[in-house]
Amino acid sequence: MRNMRRQAMQRGVIAVLDIGTTKIACLILQFDGPGVFRETDGVGPMAGQSNFRVIGAATTRSRGVRFGEIETMAETERAIRTVVQSAQKIAGVRVDHVIACLSGARPASYGLAGDIAIDAGKVSEQDVARVLASCEVPDFGRGREVLHAQPVNFAVDSRSGLLDPREHSGNRLACDMHVLTIDGDAAGNLVSCIQRCDLELAGVASASYVSGLASLVEDEQELGGACIDLGGGVTGVSVFIRKHMIFADAARIGGDLITMDIAKGLRTSHATAERIKTLHGGLEATGRDDREMIELGGDTGDWETDRRSVSRADLIGIMRPRVEEILEQVRDILDAAGFDYLPSRQIVLTGGGSQIPGLDALAARMLGQNVRIGRPLRIQGLAHSATAPGFASAIGLALLTAHPQDEWWDFEMPAEKYPARSLRRAYRWFRNNW
Amino acid sequence: MSGLTPDLREQAAYGQRPVPARNPAARPAPPQARLQPRDPAPSRLAYRLHRLWLTPIIRKLTRVGLPAFVAALVVGVWLSDETRRAQISGGLTGIVESIQNRDEFMVTMMTIEGASPVVDRGLRSMLPVTLPSSSFDIDLVDLRARVMKLDAVESVELRIKPGGVLSAVVTERVPVVLWRHARGIELLDKTGHRVASATSRDVRPDLPIIAGEGADRATAEAMLLVDAAGPILPRLRGLVRVGERRWDLVLDHGQRIMLPAEDPLPALERIIAIDRAQDVLGRDLGSIDLRAEGRPTVRLGLDAQNAIRRARGQVELGEDGKPLDPAAQKAKLAGEARKTNG
Repeated sequence: MRNMRRQAMQRGVIAVLDIGTTKIACLILQFDGPGVFRETDGVGPMAGQSNFRVIGAATTRSRGVRFGEIETMAETERAIRTVVQSAQKIAGVRVDHVIACLSGARPASYGLAGDIAIDAGKVSEQDVARVLASCEVPDFGRGREVLHAQPVNFAVDSRSGLLDPREHSGNRLACDMHVLTIDGDAAGNLVSCIQRCDLELAGVASASYVSGLASLVEDEQELGGACIDLGGGVTGVSVFIRKHMIFADAARIGGDLITMDIAKGLRTSHATAERIKTLHGGLEATGRDDREMIELGGDTGDWETDRRSVSRADLIGIMRPRVEEILEQVRDILDAAGFDYLPSRQIVLTGGGSQIPGLDALAARMLGQNVRIGRPLRIQGLAHSATAPGFASAIGLALLTAHPQDEWWDFEMPAEKYPARSLRRAYRWFRNNW
Repeated sequence: MSGLTPDLREQAAYGQRPVPARNPAARPAPPQARLQPRDPAPSRLAYRLHRLWLTPIIRKLTRVGLPAFVAALVVGVWLSDETRRAQISGGLTGIVESIQNRDEFMVTMMTIEGASPVVDRGLRSMLPVTLPSSSFDIDLVDLRARVMKLDAVESVELRIKPGGVLSAVVTERVPVVLWRHARGIELLDKTGHRVASATSRDVRPDLPIIAGEGADRATAEAMLLVDAAGPILPRLRGLVRVGERRWDLVLDHGQRIMLPAEDPLPALERIIAIDRAQDVLGRDLGSIDLRAEGRPTVRLGLDAQNAIRRARGQVELGEDGKPLDPAAQKAKLAGEARKTNG
């Protein structure tokens, strides 16, 4: 998959696919290679994101996805086809490589520690590889697959907190690694879905992680912050410190549930409920909201039913408990992650659900004082319509594509892992083909 | 005003109409099929075709390759007929010829300047076309190359002047020397280039004659020597190239002046000076060898040698250069004495 990503980088065009519960977004990125900065325009390297450009962006209603997992393969495949085709049409180029992100699939975070003795007295490239390989791997459970594995911290002897231990002198090298696992079957579904669209999967990422990359500013990533991605079916939580993700999880509850509550409570169709939520939704009821009447509308044919109206206060009364429930689950996740012990407890709300008016006040009351609503970073060439908080994960995935981080991206692969694997792969290829 | 106020009588006439039947109170119209959210998904075939269309090579093939192929096919099929091809090529050549044969391009006459009658005749015979003809048919470069092959022509300037005149200005080679070699006698110009052949020396008695292999390549040097000969010029019979490296001056009475290979001119001037002072060449000498610098060597003639030998009382030499038999010499002497006595 890494080779695929290299190949895609060489070709210069790669698609980014965010498969969410309510919408599927596709961005087509063009890499011009580094060194195309326009220093004269006062635009610096901009955190390394000026080397790519969005040349096509499309979004479509998601189909066959529940709780961030693919449920109906054929429907999802059609949705992916739709969005990829329209993005290709806008970009005017054909894409063959896709990096996708999944919001659901029950992510689970593990912190691993490894420790080795250094023979040479100096940390070499291979020592880093060895210490990464020496991390004790717990039993993830059946059918779990590692999605992200990133070294978070290195320590040489007693000096901890190193980002890059190469060339350090010392006798022992220790590392902390963060591993994110997801359900293997959900990932397999994603792979087969994308392959049935004639696309090559060049990478998979967790949506909670990538929306954190897009929404947290650099200081928040450095000092400690959590990104809460309020999506349609899944609310993702990722915790960053020292520019590394140290925790990620997802609660299987989201904006769709609010819509469903409204539809049930007001006895309207799902589409009407969605419209009312989007246009009139809120979380803090004031005296004025009692007088503001909302026409429900409808096309049942019954005049009485179609001409109903509710006050905005009623709507808020339906929405608020559900949002509180979501935030309570987020609170539980953050407590489990030990978020309270971070130096700066900045919380950034993003995702489509973060656009509910009054959410920041409610979240500040429930989660802590340092809450802000985050919009994703601006990236070059992205249409204004695709800069909403709901595109945080797609934009974060684009950033991750430009600056891939995984266990062996920054460091070399251990030497002993190379030959056996490639020989085995060659053998398998021969057996499959003859 | 009649247009604005309605005519009441007319209205009364139409008022006789029955009241139109009212529709009974209807049930509300059945609800229209609920507007499904549009899910425009391309079929797999449309998706693949779209991707194929976005592939650069396919796109280029379809946009450029296919029209080019079709055009080539149409042209090829149309041209596959023999008569059509002939028609086209015939038409083209007809147009080209009609332009080339316009009066403006016709060459009607040829003028030749500076050529002797022989060269003039040769030049006219070399012209590939019969005048008048189109100037497109006369390849001046080729014609010039062919004229330059004539030995007698040093340079020629060919051009077509306005008015349809082909003008040739010829510079002929001037013969300065005759060269006698194994295959005959030739006239050479000052660079040694052949001008013409001569049947005998008497054709040009005014020119000096040179002989020997490679003499033509040293014609310039020979001319210098002839010019320097000055006082002995009346006695000069000719120059002989020896061994393709040096000259012999041949005078009458069989005398030879052998000049060195390098710097023959000073050597010749020296022998002329000596001759003027001591009348060397007037004496009985076979040859004067000037090849060794500063040491002219002379070979005496037979009479001079015999005079010396007689004075020394030695046996005289015969015509073949060998000493004569003493008896024969005596007889000869006696015969001479008898002759003088008688």
